[in-house]
Order: sequence, then structure tokens, then C-alpha cells
Amino acid sequence: MITKKIGRIEFTLLSPKEIREMSATKVITADTYDDDGFPINMGLMDTHLGVIEPGLRCKTCGLRAGKDGCPGHFGHIDLAMPVVHVGFVKYIRNCLRATCRECGRILLSDERLEFYKKEIERFEKEGRSIAPLVKDIVKECENVSKCPRCKRENGKIDLDKPTTFRENGKKLTPSEIREWLEKIPDEDLKFLNINPKVARPEWMVLTVLPVPPVTVRPSVTLESGERSEDDLTHKLVDVIRINQRLQENRDAGAPQLIVEDLWELLQYHVTTYLDNQTSGIPPARHRSGRPLKTLAQRLKGKEGRFRSNLSGKRVNFSARTVISPDPNLSINEVGVPIEVARELTVPVRVTPYNIEWLREMIKRGPNPKPPEGVKYIPGVNYIIRDPKTLKQRRIKITEKNAADVAERLEVGMIVERQLMDGDIVLFNRQPSLHRMSMMAHKVRVLPYKTFRLNLSVCPPYNADFDGDEMNLHVVQSEEARAEAEILMKVQEHILSPRFGGPIIGGIHDHISGCFLLTYKDKKFPIQEATHILSAINYRGKLPNIIEENGKKYILGKDIFSVLLPKDLSIEYKAKSCFNCEVCTAPNCPHDAYVIIEKGVLKKGVIDEKGIGAFKGLILDKIIREHGVDYGREFIDKVTKLGITAINICGFTVGIDDEDIPPEARRQIEEGLEKAKKKINSLIKAYNKGELEALPGRSLEETLEMEIMRVTGRARDMAGEIASRYLGLDNSAVIMAKSGARGSMLNLSQMSGCVGQQAVRGERINRGYRGRTLPHFKKGDLGAEAKGFVSSSYKKGLTPTEYFFHSMGGREGLVDTAVRTSRSGYMQRRLINALEDIKIEEDCTVRDPEGNVIQFVYGEDGVDPAKSIAGKPIYIDKIIEKVESS
Amino acid sequence: MGKKIDVLKHELVPEHIILSDKDAKEVLKKYNVSIDQLPRIFDTDPVVRAIGAKPGQIIKIIRRSPTAKKSIAYRVVIESAKSILNENLGEE
Repeated sequence: MITKKIGRIEFTLLSPKEIREMSATKVITADTYDDDGFPINMGLMDTHLGVIEPGLRCKTCGLRAGKDGCPGHFGHIDLAMPVVHVGFVKYIRNCLRATCRECGRILLSDERLEFYKKEIERFEKEGRSIAPLVKDIVKECENVSKCPRCKRENGKIDLDKPTTFRENGKKLTPSEIREWLEKIPDEDLKFLNINPKVARPEWMVLTVLPVPPVTVRPSVTLESGERSEDDLTHKLVDVIRINQRLQENRDAGAPQLIVEDLWELLQYHVTTYLDNQTSGIPPARHRSGRPLKTLAQRLKGKEGRFRSNLSGKRVNFSARTVISPDPNLSINEVGVPIEVARELTVPVRVTPYNIEWLREMIKRGPNPKPPEGVKYIPGVNYIIRDPKTLKQRRIKITEKNAADVAERLEVGMIVERQLMDGDIVLFNRQPSLHRMSMMAHKVRVLPYKTFRLNLSVCPPYNADFDGDEMNLHVVQSEEARAEAEILMKVQEHILSPRFGGPIIGGIHDHISGCFLLTYKDKKFPIQEATHILSAINYRGKLPNIIEENGKKYILGKDIFSVLLPKDLSIEYKAKSCFNCEVCTAPNCPHDAYVIIEKGVLKKGVIDEKGIGAFKGLILDKIIREHGVDYGREFIDKVTKLGITAINICGFTVGIDDEDIPPEARRQIEEGLEKAKKKINSLIKAYNKGELEALPGRSLEETLEMEIMRVTGRARDMAGEIASRYLGLDNSAVIMAKSGARGSMLNLSQMSGCVGQQAVRGERINRGYRGRTLPHFKKGDLGAEAKGFVSSSYKKGLTPTEYFFHSMGGREGLVDTAVRTSRSGYMQRRLINALEDIKIEEDCTVRDPEGNVIQFVYGEDGVDPAKSIAGKPIYIDKIIEKVESS
Repeated sequence: MGKKIDVLKHELVPEHIILSDKDAKEVLKKYNVSIDQLPRIFDTDPVVRAIGAKPGQIIKIIRRSPTAKKSIAYRVVIESAKSILNENLGEE
């Protein structure tokens, strides 16, 4: 529903007459205050222009500054000579090019004008911009050599950026331009996209300059008692000074040259007053060397009025501090420092049902001492006595008045209570790239000074703990609270709208832990098993106990099964699947085929594909079948289980984990030697001209490609050999195989061979003429000379290898830096284009005017967050149901 | 070159159908929209020319869709200012 529709917006020019009419006073003195600190009459701080100091009265409206509400009034400066307005040079240029200097008419025949007139009408009827037509008109006029009306020879108009115009190379003074523009008749203006009812072209050449009210450019009094003026005031001082000098010189009949110089100076000052970033002229600077922030700078860009003050605002009831992890919190909780909780408040309406509770709380004052054994109890900061009247009487609670105010508490008042456990708050980390960047959490007030959050919610926020800060907002109304709880709670966002799978789940050690817990027949002595189960607060029958050599054990898989709902059945290939040629599915030798039957993990190891963020299939299924709240609990428990398991098993990586036996080392070296020989033979063939070019490639490109292939294979070979000797007794391998962190490539680079370094997808070929470094001969195309690193990180790189490696590394850094800024801007443009379209109740996608963008959202009307990997129905589940019935 | 291509037979061109006045009214009623709130298509569009739709008529487009197998969209034909411009320039 549209409640208000903007019919049209009209942009007009201020005419000199209007400027004078709205002016409260003429400004002629460049000074601001006299020696007593009073504003000088007809100066830039004249009290006719409004007042900023409290107590003084404005001479125009008689109101005081601040609350009384003197809005400020414009003044004006009469310019001794006209100057061009920088903001309009483009339009002035168009006017000059399209019209005759003699008669002021458009340089086109009546027929052509008639044609364009029709075109303009047609464009206007369709609601299109006529700017392209104006461009055509101007272009056509430029090619006219003689005015079709007065037969005057038409000159070529050039624009010397930023504000100088030339006709056939001869400079036009602003006065001449103004005279010319005055001649253009009203009827011809519509061809130049100017509405003669509201604007005349000659108004684009200034004869009088409006002076903004002092409220727009307040001066600040420094501690030392010194006055510091606003940048705009500084600039206006410059304008007035030069204007005065120009007037004096002209009236005294000074030489033309001096007058012209001063005129140009006046033009410079007026130009920089309007826009201090005009290209082609040096920006006006403050005494300290800082460029002045003039009119255009106040509005433009990210820090300008629009983006910084109108599209975005600072808010109350928010807090920001460093974040740190706390695995003991649930994923939908956030740890809030006591200091923060004491500042942030929730308004509570007093009712007969809570009045006693609130009274108790008020009595405690704003900083209550918690009873023995408790770390924090909420107090009250303010109460609002009379919420109905617009003048909300806020009473600050202090130790002194607490008891008194509590006595006088009545139903209907509002109490601003400090934050307490269970309150709903919004938690956010910038950059807020998707809706999961801002989620609702429940408060847990905790000691110490950081916000605490569960590790599993790091992926959606993209947070880590290397100093990241996050923001917290306390929602203030019942409606907002309800909305946050229903729509924004963390568990509502476990399934991502991006791909219809979970994006919150186990990470890093949770995955390694579950892997260790469930791999093959891993069993735990009963004491350890019970310890693990106690970590997840398990109450129930112990899983199956196995006896061996008189000792009692419990299978890791059985411990894990405790968490699974009793009706869960699923089969999938785990992350650690080797993709063997012949899959022996249920009897996988790597335990990579997971079978869960009726809530019991029968076969397979739990890894990233089971419980990981982004991938976890078990997670996905549990949430679909048991809802998000159950899912939340499952994530809480499975992560705790993983951590306890990894604590018991022990998990460590050291430098000797990358050791491989000497024979493996030798094999790798042999392989690398072979590869180098192969490369040499390729180069030889190339030199002899025996190399055959691949289709569509030059000989050189073919050689490079072949060599890249050989080096790539060499690295893979080294990795393959190395990984043969690195088994699952190696923690780094466990991490890579389970998908917790790192990859086998990282490992093979550490223990095998780092491989070919590349810049821009090619072997390294920059540096000196004909060679990369002085260590090599000119024209050397061999492996070492072009950035092949045959050492491993463990062994260490040679100086040349190290240098090449740094080159490759630098490219990566530069790429990410460039990518983030560019994609950020792209996203900004997308958001600006799409921010106000929404899905209506009939599944159509529309803009605020009701224009249809899409007839069915996404063409299938499916909410991806509620979809099953993008599909609207859960086919597996349906088949399963049919089969079992 | 010079060979006329029937755009309607091109594999990437979805099916376009001109709606009868009665059907058009029904569509507008179904979506509760006025005709100017529908997506537009120029009368100079190759397909519109090929099927001979006139400005003001509504075209039903049946597209293949990767999400839904078939998706239906409606577009209203509007007069293109360009067509007039081209004609006029052509006369010169």
C-alpha cells in the first residue's frame, strides 16, 4: 500500500532576485567578531544570520539559539563582477554551443526545431529523460557554421576546465557569457532541458552569492578561549576580501590587467567555495595544509551528509567490544560483560503483576551488590514517570533516591531495567554481507570485558578472535522483541538461504574430535566414556559395554549414537572417502561410508560431511525432521562431545610430524630429478625447433604449458609419496582427511615439495632482462630459473626459491585486497538497486510502486532457506516413508 | 548474410503468445495490477515484430526455467520512441 506518492520533484535555480529577497543582510565585512567577541554588523557572523551562542537573540526573528529554534537566515554578498558557477559549467557550455551569440536563438532551422519539439514531447510522454536529445541538438548545432536567422558566423566554443570558456580561442569573460545567456529566448530553453518557468540560463553565472546562516557553519570556542571558524566561513572570508579588492581597484580605474587578475582570483575562491575538489585547480587549504571541506564535500561520498547522516545513523542502546570464544555457551547465547549490562537497559511497563518485582529492583539502585554466590543482578537506571505525555519525565535512579522512587512506583510507569540473563539482543559483525551477519542472541551476563560467543556461530559472522569487535543492540519494544525472536534467533539461521543447507555446525576441533571418537572401532575405557558422556549432560542408560581382558570399554560410535534422535536413518559417503575405483560401500576399508540406522551409528566415521558447518548432512536432516530448536541443541552437544573426545585422545602437531623416512625423501628427489630432466629435454627440443606447437598456441606457449604440466605433476608425485608415509596417526593428516582444517596439499608442501610458483598464472618471468635473478644465465628456461621450488617447507627454501615464493605470495595478497574492495562496491550497487523490492503475498516480486518484477519469486516460489538443497520437496524422505510403510 | 532468420525458431527464444482482450483482463485481475505495472517490451523487439503484437497488448511468455521447469511471465508491448526516431532519420 502506498500512503504517499511523490508526484514530481522540481529542481530550480535561485535567481539573483530570490537570493536578495531571502537575504537577511548584506555581508560586506570579511571579519567575524570584534575585540569584545561580539559579531560585527554586516560581517560573516552578523546576528541577522542567526545565532549560535545561547542567550543571544537573532535580530531577524528574535528567537534564541537552540531550543527556542532560530533556524538561521541567509545573507548575501554582492559580487563586484559576475563569476561562473562550477556546478553548471556543463549546461553553460551546452547553451553557448547551441545558441547564436548575436540573436540568442538555437542554431537550427525551424523544421529541425519542429522535429525536436515533437521528439521531446514524445519522450516526455513516455517519462524518459530528454538528456540524450539535448546532446543530439548540441551536436547538430556545433556543426552549423552560420546562424540560420541572423547569419552571424558561428564560433567554436571550448571549455578550459574548470571555468574558462573560449570562442575561437578568444577568452570569454563571465560578463560576456552572462550577456549571451540573457539573449536566449524562453521558447528555446526547452531544447536545452531548461524549464524557463523556474530557471534562466544567465542565473548560472553568479552576480550575487548567498551566504548560508551561521547555524550551518558554527564556530567553535576552543579550551584556550580561541575561536575556531568553520571551513565555509574561512572560504567566505576569502571571497569577501577579494571581492572588496576587486571593487576598489575597478572603481579606482586600475589597469585592466590587475582587474582581470583579481577577477580570476574571485572566480577561484567562489569555485572552491562551492566544490574544493574541482579538477584542474589546486584545492584551497587550511593553514595547517589540510584541504578545506566546502559545500560539495559536505554532501559527497561516504562521509558526506547523505551516506553518513541520512542513510545511516548512530543509535542508543548499543555496545561494542572485542569478542572471544566460549564453548560453554549455547549457539544462541552471547556473553555480555557486567559493565556493559549495567549501561544497557530494557524498558518494562509496570503492571499489577510485576510491580513488586520492579520495586525490589529499583530499591537495589543502579549498582546493586549481588548476594553471595551470584556474580550479577540487574538494577534500574531510569524510570519514566509519565509515559503518556510527550515530555517523558525520566528520573535517574541513584543510591540516594532509590528507596524513595521505589515507594512512589505506580502501574503504568516505565522502568528502564538493566540487562539480565535471557534478554533478547541483536548481535552483529561488520561487514554485514548477508542476513546471518545480524542475529538475535539471548544474553548471558558474565564477568570480564569481552563479548563471548559459541565457536559454531563464527562462520556466519565470519568472525575470529584475533581482535575482532562486534556490536550489540538491545531491542526496545515488545514488537521488536517478538520479531527478533521469531525471525532472527540464531537457530532460525542454521539453514542458509544461500544453498538450503546448514551454515552453522561443527568447526575445526569439533570435527577432529568426532573423527577421533568414531573412527573405526575406536573404544574408550568406561571411565573415559562416562567422562565424555557427562560433558553433554547425558542422563540415561549407558551404551553397550564391551569386555576385553577383564577391562570394560565403550565403542566411540556408541557414544556418538547417544546424541542421535531415535528415528534418524541416513547413509552417505564421508568426507574422508577415497573415491576408490570399486566402492565396497558398506564394508569400506577406510570407514568412509556412514550408515546410521534408527539413531545408531553402525558404520562410518563422523567428519565434516556429517556435522561440519556448510556441509553437515546429519545436521541438515536432524533440523528438517526435528526442527531448529532440536537442531540448536544437537549442535551444542555434538560440539561439546567433539571437544571432550579430542581432549581425551590428545591432539598435537609438531615439526617432526612432517618428517618422512629417508627412502621416501630419496624417491621424491629422484622424481624431481626426473621432472627436471624432462623439462631440460623439452627445452632442448624447443631450441632445436623439434617441439610441435599445440593447436592455437605459439611454440613458446606450448613449451610453457608443457613445463607447467611437468612441474605440476612433479609436485603431485611428491605429495603422493609423502602422503603414503603420513598415516592417520598424524594429527595434521586427521585434520586434512576429516575436513577440520588444511588439506593434503598443504601437507605435501610441508613434507614433499612446494612446487611451481606462479605470477599471473605463468611461471615467474619478470625481473632482469632475459632472466629472473642474477643467479641465472640469460635465457635460462630451466625449472629453477623460473620459480620451481623443489624444497619442502620442512627442509627450507634456498634464497632464490624463497624470493620466487615471496613473489607468488605477494600476488595472492594483492589479489585479495583488490577483490574485496571491488566486490564491496559491486555489492553496494546491487543493494541500492534491490533494497526496496519485496515479495508480496501472492508470491509476486514487486517494487514499492507495485510494478511486477517477477511473477513468481525465483520462478518456482520456493524460499531457498526452507528448501532442501534448493528443491521444494524432500524426495528422499518421501521415498523412505513409502518404503517403510 | 542476407538470409532471413526466423527468431521464433531459435532455441533460446521462449514461446510468446499474444493474449486476447479477455485473457488480458483476467491476467490483470489475477495479479491485481494495472497495465502499466507489468514489465514492458518494445514493439521493436524482434519477437514482438515476428508475432505481430501491437502496443497495448499483453504477451504471455513461457520460459524454460532451471528452478521451476516452466515459468510464465506477462509483458505489455509499448511503443518504442526509437522506432519513430529511426523512421524519421531514415527519411532523410
